[in-house]
Amino acid sequence: MREGNKMKTVAKLWIWVGVFAVLSPLGLILPKVFKGGDAWGEWDAEGINGLVGYIPAGFQKLTDLWKAPLPDYTFRGWEDKGLIQNGFAYVVSAVAGSVIIWLTMRAISRLLIKKTWDK
Amino acid sequence: MHIPDGYLNPATSGVMLAAMVPVWTAAVRNVKKNLKARQVPLLAVGAAFSFVIMMFNVPIPGGSTGHAVGSVLVAILLGPWSACLAVTVALVIQALIFGDGGITAIGANCFNMAFVEVFTGYFIYKLLSGSSEITSGRRGIAAGAAGYIAINIAAFSASVMFGIQPILSHTADGQTLYCPYGLKTAVPAMLSGHLLVFGWVEAIVTALGIKYMQKTDQSLLEGGK
Repeated sequence: MREGNKMKTVAKLWIWVGVFAVLSPLGLILPKVFKGGDAWGEWDAEGINGLVGYIPAGFQKLTDLWKAPLPDYTFRGWEDKGLIQNGFAYVVSAVAGSVIIWLTMRAISRLLIKKTWDK
Repeated sequence: MHIPDGYLNPATSGVMLAAMVPVWTAAVRNVKKNLKARQVPLLAVGAAFSFVIMMFNVPIPGGSTGHAVGSVLVAILLGPWSACLAVTVALVIQALIFGDGGITAIGANCFNMAFVEVFTGYFIYKLLSGSSEITSGRRGIAAGAAGYIAINIAAFSASVMFGIQPILSHTADGQTLYCPYGLKTAVPAMLSGHLLVFGWVEAIVTALGIKYMQKTDQSLLEGGK
């Protein structure tokens, strides 16, 4: 009985994650609509240059260190596409991220706790 | 609050990463010892929850944007060590796959959101909820307050990391090498956003999460060890 409840809880929580994933484009659209600007301290090189008039040398070296496959939750080259395309990319990112996290957690848990996950 | 690459000097990044090593070690030990097999799927959904919550950017019109982290809710439901692990995984995936938060800043970002926020939030919740009934309304309020205070402490911690950069590294003519703003700018800027807006979002997320669990599965509110 108790075990059954627990299973149901996890399933319900995954449904909530799915709901949030579908609604996630709000996190893209609302800041655009209300002109929220960048998060403080998360400007790109151009942004910093606009604020302080130069690009710090150390920043310049490190800023492009990593090429993320889905930069800023969109597809490479889609940055300038419209809100609908980027909103779609956002949902794809939310789902992809959740699946990767699930797989990662599963792998970690398997290492930490013996023969547990598949029960 | 996701510090990107290039904002912290290598020393700061290194120190924060070194600071997280014992925390991660303790978290892994604790999870290994105490996490029961049937709780494992909760760990995964907790990490995924924190991940999707962080995608909801909330604007301050004409100002900046920010978001809730969900760390405190995960900490209350899974316990702080499991939450530390779950939020760490979310932050690492964000950095690697989505470029949200720097690769070099991963120690710093985990320190703020997976350690400072998780543990302060957890203990504030414990303190404020006291010995109240599992179904008590006091627990929702305690959770909201814990979320609000903890995300602000985490934001303060991040702002100090930003703000010390001009002191630590600059050129002879005074140009900074990394984050261009000092403590006098970074601390008020980060804190005002979180005190006025993002902290309340975290409070609502945390309080509603606890209310929801009170209705659907109280067993998760009993342990949290």
